[in-house]
Amino acid sequence: MNLTLYVWRQPAGSPSGQLVKYDAPDISPDMSFLEMLDVTNERLIARGEQPIAFDHDCREGICGSCGMMINGVAHGPMKGTATCQLHMRSFKDGDTIYIEPWRARAFPVIKDLVVDRGALDRIVAAGGYISVSTGSAPDGNAIPVPKTDADAAMDAAACIGCGACVAACPNASAMLFTSAKVGHLKMLPQGQPERGRRVLAMEAQMEAEGFGGCTWHGECEEACPKEISIDWIVELYRDYIWATVVRREERAAEAAI
Amino acid sequence: MELKSKVPSGPLQEKWDRHRFEMKLVNPANKRKFSVLVVGSGLAGGSAAATLGELGYNVKCFCFQDSPRRAHSIAAQGGINAAKNYQNDGDSIWRLFYDTVKGGDFRAREANVYRLAQISVNIIDQCVAQGVPFAREYGGLLANRSFGGAQVSRTFYARGQTGQQLLLGCYQALERQVAAGTVRMHTRTEMLDLIVVDGVARGIVTRDMVTGAIETHLADAVILATGGYGNVFYLSTNAKGCNVTATWRAHRRGAAFGNPCYTQIHPTCIPVSGDHQSKLTLMSESLRNDGRVWVPKKQGDNRPPHAIPEDERDYYLERKYPSFGNLCPRDIASRAAKEVCDEGRGVGPNGLGVYLDFGSAIQRVGEAKIAERYGNLFQMYERITDENPYKVPMRIYPAVHYTMGGLWVDYNLMSTIPGLHVLGEANFSDHGANRLGASALMQGLADGYFVIPYTIGDYLAQAALPKLDESHPEVRATVAAVTERTAQLLAVKGKRTVDSFHRELGKLMWDNCGMARTAAGLRHNLQRIPELRAEFWQNVNVPGSGAELNQSLEKAGRVADFLEFAELMCLDALHREESCGGHFRTEHQTPDGEAQRDDANFTYVAAWEYQGPGKAPVLHKEPLAFENVKLSTRSYK
Ligand SMILES: Cc1cc2nc3c(=O)[nH]c(=O)nc-3n(C[C@H](O)[C@H](O)[C@H](O)COP(=O)(O)OP(=O)(O)OC[C@H]3O[C@@H](n4cnc5c(N)ncnc54)[C@H](O)[C@@H]3O)c2cc1C
Ligand code: FES
Repeated sequence: MNLTLYVWRQPAGSPSGQLVKYDAPDISPDMSFLEMLDVTNERLIARGEQPIAFDHDCREGICGSCGMMINGVAHGPMKGTATCQLHMRSFKDGDTIYIEPWRARAFPVIKDLVVDRGALDRIVAAGGYISVSTGSAPDGNAIPVPKTDADAAMDAAACIGCGACVAACPNASAMLFTSAKVGHLKMLPQGQPERGRRVLAMEAQMEAEGFGGCTWHGECEEACPKEISIDWIVELYRDYIWATVVRREERAAEAAI
Repeated sequence: MELKSKVPSGPLQEKWDRHRFEMKLVNPANKRKFSVLVVGSGLAGGSAAATLGELGYNVKCFCFQDSPRRAHSIAAQGGINAAKNYQNDGDSIWRLFYDTVKGGDFRAREANVYRLAQISVNIIDQCVAQGVPFAREYGGLLANRSFGGAQVSRTFYARGQTGQQLLLGCYQALERQVAAGTVRMHTRTEMLDLIVVDGVARGIVTRDMVTGAIETHLADAVILATGGYGNVFYLSTNAKGCNVTATWRAHRRGAAFGNPCYTQIHPTCIPVSGDHQSKLTLMSESLRNDGRVWVPKKQGDNRPPHAIPEDERDYYLERKYPSFGNLCPRDIASRAAKEVCDEGRGVGPNGLGVYLDFGSAIQRVGEAKIAERYGNLFQMYERITDENPYKVPMRIYPAVHYTMGGLWVDYNLMSTIPGLHVLGEANFSDHGANRLGASALMQGLADGYFVIPYTIGDYLAQAALPKLDESHPEVRATVAAVTERTAQLLAVKGKRTVDSFHRELGKLMWDNCGMARTAAGLRHNLQRIPELRAEFWQNVNVPGSGAELNQSLEKAGRVADFLEFAELMCLDALHREESCGGHFRTEHQTPDGEAQRDDANFTYVAAWEYQGPGKAPVLHKEPLAFENVKLSTRSYK
């Protein structure tokens, strides 16, 4: 099939960019979206032009490297699918496709479709873990976990950290990302000791990074390639309120001593 | 060069314990005075960096992705082995050890493998404590499944995303250390050379992939955990960025390369669909627990699968290997698939495919149960092929998947360059000539969490390193070499793209150094590869500049290294006049087509020493002594 692309081109180090039109003839429906970009890039290089920069690695929908707005939708038209797993059979001959980077204050553009998502790592560093140093663990079966809890933890842990939720959110909030990690760890007995501290620290870091707040649009859940449920955000709020109260009481008790 | 394996003396079961006792310790207060560079943030590098940080060392960790969480380990699907014997089905440390040595076709070091089996049980404990959501039974305890090459259920898993969950556990531990200030993380940073001063590894030269800056990092020890080199074949199941650069550059600086020809071809991947193909997708081996592999009995039978009656199907693995059936090891399953396709019985558009059929499993346990076990894999398959595997059997074909070869290391995981340690898929140890499923994750985490934290202390406690700064002539020379090479790549401005060279190299390697190798094919490659390399340096077109994010330049550097490394691989494959594990030399097979080892002449590790550009490398041999298992012909019949 023959397609027309409008691709966001932003030179490295430049604060702005523009949409540039390219023809993409002879595209096979069996190609993945990224293979379509590969073919386009090979043609650009042959013509002496700069190829389009985009992040990718596993091309299996698991590393979370890839991600772009495709016709205004994060990861494109297919639900529950990362860009690398989207295939050209989702498009028709003659289609025009607009391709743009994730747009969010906390994700500055580095070049073309490549953005800096380091803020997500810093949210995890703020508390998205269980503090257990190597060597200090009890036997794996010493901590039974009800299967339903383990399954729910896995549902949340499936997040690939691609940032589509942020890109899709009108407020550029990272609430779905943050709540998925908070949710994964709160479902497990191992996660209980740090449960309150974790949610407060991660939420604070999210704000510090310049992500917006959640006003319940639900676009994040729609865009998520792993279909992480927005219910985790409710769970996060619940813990957040609880932890804030506990924290206040702790502070009061400390002051009393 | 002398290969000292440093395997401790004493009975196999006591070696590691005794060694741990005999190793020197670094006083806790002194640990922060030692700096360690960890290149790689996958299971091996991430676990090492986190653990060394916890111990108090001053650590820097590097990866080329934008986050350590995206290392290729994330893509592992099926699971991780451990000799827990939770299923009470006869597993033990000894059995895991034995299965691994046998699965590796008796080409691995016994002592390393035994230690790996011992440590396997600690890994599971550590990961559970970190919150890795392993699959569980209704009673709340951990679930297991079985994997190829084993007759016990010892594989722990998290749906079809085991690698992801293990890596996230490790990444979270790493980020905790980043927050604590013990580890500094350098993302989008590629190591381009190793700094060796007075014969000792003292640092690396990197390129900041965003600014293009060439930088120096000096330290007391360097750890490479940079993964495997499967992308030398261009098409493989590896992530697109996987490369040989770090290990190849270290090889050029004096680290011996062990068994480069040992590569693993995985039997269950989605077949190639066209010339645009950029990578291949694995369908986890765990699918062989419930899927049955077959092809039509008749050649050229192109009826749709459901129209082929039971008695006209050849379930060839069950037929040829009745005791292991569909769960025979990977090398054997891959070759069997090639054989039936070569006979003209392959299925799918180009005849390069076999069926993996879930029909009888769905009848037996129901679609819901199958969906619970493999839901995400089935979904992935359908996305790529547009076919529904609940209704139509999957089509699969072997693809390059893993590399058992890597930098040679001693029992302490140190290479032939003092101070340079190598972990995970990047080293050669543990898997011999063939790796069993679910053992790479185990090895990466064993190396990073439980081996290197001890052995590097022993090294640092005794190293007595002189002070070093960036003005040292060796440091400056290495930086200059990297800068010049980068400039050269950009200066050629020829006519062919980097990818076109990579594809051509990949095809040469797949055709002549892939599933079946012949002396003639390997000689052909040894002539063609240098020609292709010469053309690359005259005719490659790398657009753009080096002072910014330039993905063509990144690829060009990696392909340039693959073009050098590929030659060593073919040389190693040519010299090994036997078939063993994943290395199948057509000239050496039994009358019924199985691999024929030559134990009298080849029971050794081939460790190659670099001699300079255009010079033939020198072969060193580390003899393998089997004191605890009897060398036997592998049989899965
Ligand atoms: C699709 C797939 C499925 C698999 N499934 C399983 C399974 O179920 N069970 C199992 O046991 N094994 C499995 N394996 C194998 C296993 O995943 C790998 O062998 C293992 O994860 C390798 O881990 P590693 O830490 O050694 O390297 P990687 O995870 O590959 O990490 C390499 C790291 O090095 C960095 N790096 C590389 N080069 C440079 C450089 N020059 N400069 C800076 N950084 C660099 C990368 O950024 C990355 O952080 C699978 C492999 C594949 C391909
Ligand atoms: S490239 Fe890894 S998720 Fe798309």
